[in-house]
Formats: sequence, structure tokens, C-alpha cells
Amino acid sequence: MEPIKNHRQVQEAINAYANQDVYIHLETTNGAYASHHDQTFFSAGAYIRNALVRYEIGKITGNDPYRVGLKINLGWIYAEGLTHFEVDEQNRLLLAGHDNKGKLAVALEISATPFE
Amino acid sequence: MEKERHVLVIFPHPDDEAFGVSGTIATHVQNGTPVTYACLTLGEMGRNMGNPPFTNRENLPKIRKEELKAAAAALGIQDLRMLGYRDKTVEFEDDEKLANAMLSIINEVNPSLIITFYPGYSVHPDHDATGAAVVRAVEKLPADARPTLHCVAFSNNCVEELGEADIVHNISAVADKKLAAIQAHRSQTEQMFGDVTEKLKNQDPQMMVWINNERFWTYKFEK
Repeated sequence: MEPIKNHRQVQEAINAYANQDVYIHLETTNGAYASHHDQTFFSAGAYIRNALVRYEIGKITGNDPYRVGLKINLGWIYAEGLTHFEVDEQNRLLLAGHDNKGKLAVALEISATPFE
Repeated sequence: MEKERHVLVIFPHPDDEAFGVSGTIATHVQNGTPVTYACLTLGEMGRNMGNPPFTNRENLPKIRKEELKAAAAALGIQDLRMLGYRDKTVEFEDDEKLANAMLSIINEVNPSLIITFYPGYSVHPDHDATGAAVVRAVEKLPADARPTLHCVAFSNNCVEELGEADIVHNISAVADKKLAAIQAHRSQTEQMFGDVTEKLKNQDPQMMVWINNERFWTYKFEK
């Protein structure tokens, strides 16, 4: 993973997956221990793996951290707090947001084949 | 520590064994007791990936799988089983199927002691679900054929509601193996380990108590 320094590289990767069937991994998390360590903390998160969708337009916006939104056939997908990205050896676009301790807080991943 | 015929350790995540139980495991291995470690998931949802991150969501499980093997080797565990469940989904599995999966391992291994998490007092939903599945599995056995069940608990209310742990093992004789197991899970422990190493060097009293004493609550079956 490398820090997202400018939009362009990510935008090109997003564009490459537009208008075709893609598999989405999306998660947000505070970690399972957040409310254990701080009982006033309200922990919330969501997770979806291998959602099969098609988006007509996808866009990265914001200025570190970034946001990515995908306009899909019948609705939307978005993630905020994104700081890092990678196009991996399987050509999947992996986007993630790491907090100031490096812990993963959000991930949005796009692949032409199902995630394991 | 009592000599056991066979110890079965059941936890959901690689590294669940490291802090609270690895000294106990190493001691059993040293006593010549076979130890089976069944680990349900590969910790796929771990949030620690270094700072700056050295891996990503998709590769983390591969790293943690190797770390789990290394930790098991450090402790001398000969029978390590990775059960193929997914991190943070254990509680959503079919309860009966999950209990039966645990039971089939118990029947095969025939342990005299099982170590797992105390259901309801172990903070992470996977911990509670794993402990609950093990309890349900053992409850399927006739009362006089059940192995002893030692549970790890660490929720904020565990002492208040369960009382003090009835089993405390001082594992200082195998502390080096415990530290090696903790270090083996480096993707998850390295960031905190710098601090731990410093405290150990200075024999920080609180740290030594934490490292050297492993606490368990013997589960009392209602059925």
C-alpha cells in the first residue's frame, strides 16, 4: 500500500473497472475492542464482501483523506477516510484508510474476480 | 500444573493464545502432554498492518497464517489445525453446526483439558461465540465423560461477575517461549512489543505479573 498522493492514479484505476461486473469489498471498523478500552465509545462498523455490482461512474474526491463514490446500477457505494491504495498483482484496486497509528479503519476494494 | 492426557486449545484468532495461554501451553508440551490447537480463523479482519502499512487487507491472512505456524512451533505444538472460518463472522454461523464441528474435534482428540474463552466475558464477538460453541459441544457429552474446561476471560466485568480466577499458573519457567510466541505474531504485536521489551528489560513489576501469570476460570456446567 502507498499513500494516495494525487487523484489521478486512483481515478484511472477506478475508470478501468467502470461499466463491467465487479466484486466489491467494503468495510468500516473501529476494532472489536474499542468499547472495551473506552466504555463511552460507541463502536460501529459495516462489512460486505463480494458484492457483485456494475458502476457507470466512479470518482475519487477530497484531499487526504479521500473519498470514493461509485454510482451503481440501482444505487451507490461510497467510502470516506481513504489514505492508501494499491493495484495488486491480480490487478485489483485496493483502497484503505489507516488511522494515525496505522490501524485500518476503512477499506474499499474493487476486483473483476471474487475475493477469496 | 496438573499433568494432562491431552490438551485441546480452541481459539478464533491467531495470537489469541499468545498473551494469556502460551506459557500454559509450553508447560504442558514440556511435560510431554500432546497439545492440539484449533484456530478458527486467520484473523482476516486484523487492523494492525504496521505504520506505515506493510501489507493490505487481502494479504494479511497469508502473513497471519505463517505467524500462527511460527508461534505454534515456538511453543512446541505438534497438532495445529486451521478451521477455515472467517474473522468476525463466527457468531453468525449456524450454532448447532459450529458446536458439532467442535464436538468432532473433541471426540477425535479426546482431551482431558480444553482451553477456550469464557462465553459472555471475552469482549470480542468471535471469542464469546467460540467459547459458547465449545460449551455447547462439551454439554453434548455425558457429564462423567466431559473434559475439564478452563476459560480465559478479560471483560471489564469478569471478576465482578465470575469472581477471581480459580486457576492461576505461574509460567515464569517458560517465559522465554511465551515471549517467542508473542513475537511470532509480529504483524499484530510488533508495535506494542517495543514497549514490552523495554519493560521486561527493566523487570517492570506490573509487566512481570502480567507476563508470568495466566488466569483461568473453570467452567461449571449447568446441564
